[in-house]
Amino acid sequence: MDLATTGLTGAAYWLPIVWAVLVATAIFIYVVLDGFDLGLGILFLAERDKRHRNIMIQTIAPVWDGNETWMIFGGAALYGVFPNAYATILPALYLPVLIMLFALILRGVGFEFRSRMHTEKAQNLWDIGFCGGSFVATLMQGIILGTLVSGIHVEDNKFAGSSLDWLAPFPIFCGLAVVCGYSLLGATWLIWRTESDLQSTMRKWAGILSVAMLVMIAGVSVWTPALHTTYMQNWTAWPQILLVAPVPLAVIAITGVMFLALRGKTSRRVPFFCALAWFFVSFTGLGINIWPYIVPPAMTIWQASSPPASQAFLLAGSMFLLPLILAYTAYAYHVFRGTVNEHSESYH
Amino acid sequence: MTGADAIFLARLQFAFTVGFHIVFPAFSIGLAAFLAVLEGLWLKTDKQVYLDLFQYWLRAFSIVFGMGVVSGLVMSYEFGTNWAQFAQKAGPILGPLLGYEVMTAFFLEAGFLGIMLFGMNKVGKKLHFFATCVVSLGTLISMSWILSSNSWMQTPRGYSIEPGTGRFIPEDWLAIVFNPSFPFRLVHMALAAFLSVAFIVAGVGAWHLLRAKRTGNQPTEAVKVMFSMAMWMAALVGPLQMLAGDAHGLNTLKYQPAKIAAMEGDWESEGYAPELLFGIPDMKNEVTHYKIAIPYAGSLILTHSLSGKVPGLKDYPKDQRAPSYVVFFSFRIMILLGVLMAGTGLFSLWLRRKGTLWTNPLLLRAALFLTPAGFIALLCGWVTTEVGRQPFTVYGLLRTADSASPVPGASIGITLAAFVVVYFIVFASGISILLRGFAEEPHRGEPGPDAHHPQRAAAMAAAVSDTAAAGHTGSGE
Repeated sequence: MDLATTGLTGAAYWLPIVWAVLVATAIFIYVVLDGFDLGLGILFLAERDKRHRNIMIQTIAPVWDGNETWMIFGGAALYGVFPNAYATILPALYLPVLIMLFALILRGVGFEFRSRMHTEKAQNLWDIGFCGGSFVATLMQGIILGTLVSGIHVEDNKFAGSSLDWLAPFPIFCGLAVVCGYSLLGATWLIWRTESDLQSTMRKWAGILSVAMLVMIAGVSVWTPALHTTYMQNWTAWPQILLVAPVPLAVIAITGVMFLALRGKTSRRVPFFCALAWFFVSFTGLGINIWPYIVPPAMTIWQASSPPASQAFLLAGSMFLLPLILAYTAYAYHVFRGTVNEHSESYH
Repeated sequence: MTGADAIFLARLQFAFTVGFHIVFPAFSIGLAAFLAVLEGLWLKTDKQVYLDLFQYWLRAFSIVFGMGVVSGLVMSYEFGTNWAQFAQKAGPILGPLLGYEVMTAFFLEAGFLGIMLFGMNKVGKKLHFFATCVVSLGTLISMSWILSSNSWMQTPRGYSIEPGTGRFIPEDWLAIVFNPSFPFRLVHMALAAFLSVAFIVAGVGAWHLLRAKRTGNQPTEAVKVMFSMAMWMAALVGPLQMLAGDAHGLNTLKYQPAKIAAMEGDWESEGYAPELLFGIPDMKNEVTHYKIAIPYAGSLILTHSLSGKVPGLKDYPKDQRAPSYVVFFSFRIMILLGVLMAGTGLFSLWLRRKGTLWTNPLLLRAALFLTPAGFIALLCGWVTTEVGRQPFTVYGLLRTADSASPVPGASIGITLAAFVVVYFIVFASGISILLRGFAEEPHRGEPGPDAHHPQRAAAMAAAVSDTAAAGHTGSGE
């Protein structure tokens, strides 16, 4: 860290830190929002009842465009404030990124098209597109994360690895972990937003997925420090250990609340927020882990940065635009609040 | 596979995906504005026909918008996957512009789209109209940012180049955003979007009018109103677009004369230059074959004087010439379609005076034939300006060959094939859904927010009649 920041003072030092926090926040918001609608997509085919499928769709129909916009924002922000990272990560992860994009296209249009099909067969095909696309996109997001954490081979400021580096055990494990996690978000979202039979089914799913999620969190936590010595140091060095030590405790505490809530049939929202809390804790742990790198182990946030003139220009607008965006996004969710059942107004 | 092949594949892939994408935002820009006008007219006049039309085109809008979102998502990553060196060097300038586009436009559109599509009963008429206007405004803001950054690649200003890294460093953001070609490109593109949608609406209207004529029925009022509105738009915007295009051309002549030379297939710089109607530019032998020319017209069009000197490709080194055999044709197709659309618009004015707007078979057939003309012209114009910028990504400063990613050609080739397959499926399905919707006439008596029945009652009616569609028409009457 000292090495990377030598000679950097003032804006050139602080702006990248501010942006690293902002980009991480944006990615987290994306994970939260698109996480539950991707997860809902993964669980989609497991639900055989057509009416239930329509209800599932209705819970996200008014908001999914906005959820996906956070991903576009992530891309644009990286491009603008960390262009060297953008230009390294994307070629390095060329195939998983493109497979993810294909999958997101299929699921997005599957979502819009399915209800406009006149035959059962055509609708089933787009249901498969929606579910399969959601699954593959999620898997690829996990693989991208896993590959990034395992480290990207960079020489001369350019990606110098092979195009199949991502097909390795750790990235694939991360992919499956994210699939479990998003499915859990989807299931708990549906517990919140639906009623009766569908809600009970989702409670069952949420229980199974919670167990799977815990196993995955434990697996990734044990595996990650073994990947690089700096990771081990990051986790055990003073004062970071003050941040790291509460993480397992937090996970255990959340687990307790989650299972209590899943058993008590009354609390509709608590499971969803427990799932979010798991994500938050894991995400923070990961952030501490790779800090101050953005492309571990080759590029720090300072090395990846665009000039202060660019970062400052975008920051100036973000300071009031992002709160405004959060405000009207919250309003849109508020308008479509409440549980959805088969008597609700149809959106398609 | 050589580097040049990989770059060619990367370009092909980028062109394919962006070409596919560009249609949908343009469609959204025009359609959102049309929807805002329809809803505004409905609120003002309280005439049911405007609400019927609003709901009819809203169904198409949700499909078009969704396809725009997913194909746009690809674009925001493709600068990195395919053009890593470009992203590294121009990212400090273009990245923040894209960031502002997302923050000021995409979120706005997506945030209010749900309310626009599904929220009429929940928020009431006025707030719903506000949401429609916000979505429409969002599409326009989005277009402004993206054309600003595209224009910067054509006419870069307000930057310095960092020694050693070759990065573009922003020096003056106002100069970057309001670079010399931006205002012309913005106006040209906005008019193109409006004209494209006008001809889609006109085509759908014409199809129903022709069908009514064939079956001996009276056309419905909604069909007549939409055809009439579309023809007003064509009559106003069609000719205006020719003026805007002319101004844009003069701007290009000033800042990118080599592009003009390639568009015109001219090799020698000369005064009293002819305008070629047809020809086959031959880059290798530096000549244009099979020319059909109008004497003096080239000088007249480009310089507004007979003696004006126009540029020739030979003025520029061979390695700085855009492929004339592409832009020569794309430019001419665009012009031809533009003239046909403006002519149709003007023709409709005359028929309107005669009172045969809704019955003249020539106009109806022309409108049907020209349904996709706006979009084809738009794509041709886009090819002209982008291919005309070659062999540079940032005009005169950064070569396309120095912009690519370190990705093997095989990966690009495989994903290109996958893009073609996926987009073909998506495009074909989307078009077929749109066409099926257009084959129906606008429904009469579309429900607005239900003032008489509380919402639960309407929902119950929907549940009783089992399908939402049946409930829809039931609760509106």
